[in-house]
Amino acid sequence: MIEVQDIHKSFGDNKVLEGIDAVFEPGRVSLIIGGSGSGKSTLLKCIVGLHKPDQGRVFFDDQEFTKMDFEEKVPIRKEIGMLFQNSALFDSMTVEQNIIFTLDMFSDMSRKEKIERANFCLERVNLTKTNKLYPAELSGGMKKRVGIARAISMNPKYLFCDEPNSGLDPATAILIDELVQDLTDEFQCTTIVVTHDMNSVMGIGDYIMFLYQGQKFWEGTKDDILRSDTKELNDFVFASPLMKAAREVIK
Amino acid sequence: MFFFHFGEYILLLKKIFKKPEKWKIYWREILHEMNEIGVGSVGLIIIISTFIGAVMTMQIAFQLVSDLIPNSVIGQINRDSNILELGPTISALVLMGKVGSSISSQIGSMRVTEQIDALEIMGINAAGYLILPKIIAGVIMVPVLVTIAIFCALIGGLFGGSLTGAVSSSDYIMGIRESFNGFTVAVAMVKAFVYGFIITSVPAYKGFFVRGGALEVGQAGTKAVVVGCIVILASDYLITALML
Repeated sequence: MIEVQDIHKSFGDNKVLEGIDAVFEPGRVSLIIGGSGSGKSTLLKCIVGLHKPDQGRVFFDDQEFTKMDFEEKVPIRKEIGMLFQNSALFDSMTVEQNIIFTLDMFSDMSRKEKIERANFCLERVNLTKTNKLYPAELSGGMKKRVGIARAISMNPKYLFCDEPNSGLDPATAILIDELVQDLTDEFQCTTIVVTHDMNSVMGIGDYIMFLYQGQKFWEGTKDDILRSDTKELNDFVFASPLMKAAREVIK
Repeated sequence: MFFFHFGEYILLLKKIFKKPEKWKIYWREILHEMNEIGVGSVGLIIIISTFIGAVMTMQIAFQLVSDLIPNSVIGQINRDSNILELGPTISALVLMGKVGSSISSQIGSMRVTEQIDALEIMGINAAGYLILPKIIAGVIMVPVLVTIAIFCALIGGLFGGSLTGAVSSSDYIMGIRESFNGFTVAVAMVKAFVYGFIITSVPAYKGFFVRGGALEVGQAGTKAVVVGCIVILASDYLITALML
């Protein structure tokens, strides 16, 4: 479980996050949604420790992450898997090397075991025969899947995805969503996804937090969204004619 | 501004010199960087230093026109100026352009594409993993390159002098062997060691803290080379003042 309490973050005079409280339960996919500049990526970076919050606390299973120094965070970080918006694969390494990198650093597995683990992770994301390819030789969707394979290589307890569907075609985006959902169920990990893809919201949103102007404006499930009267949320979620029509049909 | 960057640089060094997560991985990276920084620059260093040695010999011969000064002095001056100054410092400035800009762009690109964030999320000391092998490779390989540069400059001087008739081979060889002071080589090696540290750490600092995109990565590379060259010249002055 991950809990954030009263998170504040500013960059200069620009207040990005103001007093965010939330609890992210294990075994379910939690989505953070909001318009551009609403602070969702900043919140994710505060949670994983890439940004230091100006105020507030982050707990990973009752351990106060924000209070720890780099060395103290390492055991928790070994349990974190993260998929970045642009995949952030290491350019100089092959797909296989990308996946076994953390195993090289932190495990005592033999070379054979590490390769077997890499193959398992790649099979898990439906990507085989790409072991020796470099990231530059992969499509956007394949990079995302390798990113997921790398994220699950250490059996993560916490899975973070920053805009996993950005730049992908709808079919691949759905595939990535399903993967995230399946892996969350399989590993029973605490999964937090930052997205503004409404297909993801309606597809895998077990818990949804809507950020607006740096504040938590609404929270609930995907079913609650359809019944919500919050204008800001409706303006965001049902902005497109397709989503408006979908809501009318569902209603 | 100077104090801000200097402080940030020192804090980065503190992170870099933390105990590595796994020496085996770092050792592999050190060997890779030694190949990139050292072996990859040998050709350039040989060409530049050979020509510098040849040109230096001709210019010294041009200036020493007195019959009272024996021609072997040309070899002596060429030897000492190459060992003490031209070998280490010109090589360092050239390496700063070649290796420094490459290090800055490599680390800067990793920063803007979130690869450094990915390392940190994994619990890896990104500064240590990315920069320490480069620094170790730099302080090992730059002295080797400087030694090669000095040797090539002396050979270049021999050919440059004899081909143009500025000084005969026998006079030149006599000159480079006469009254040789081994301490000059020690000074050259100290300079090379310090330059090796600067050539790798200053661009790494510039790349590590880059913000933005491709444009900023390019700008950081340029700044790294400019700042690095100034630091090399300042440390050249300091080492010379302290050791000679």
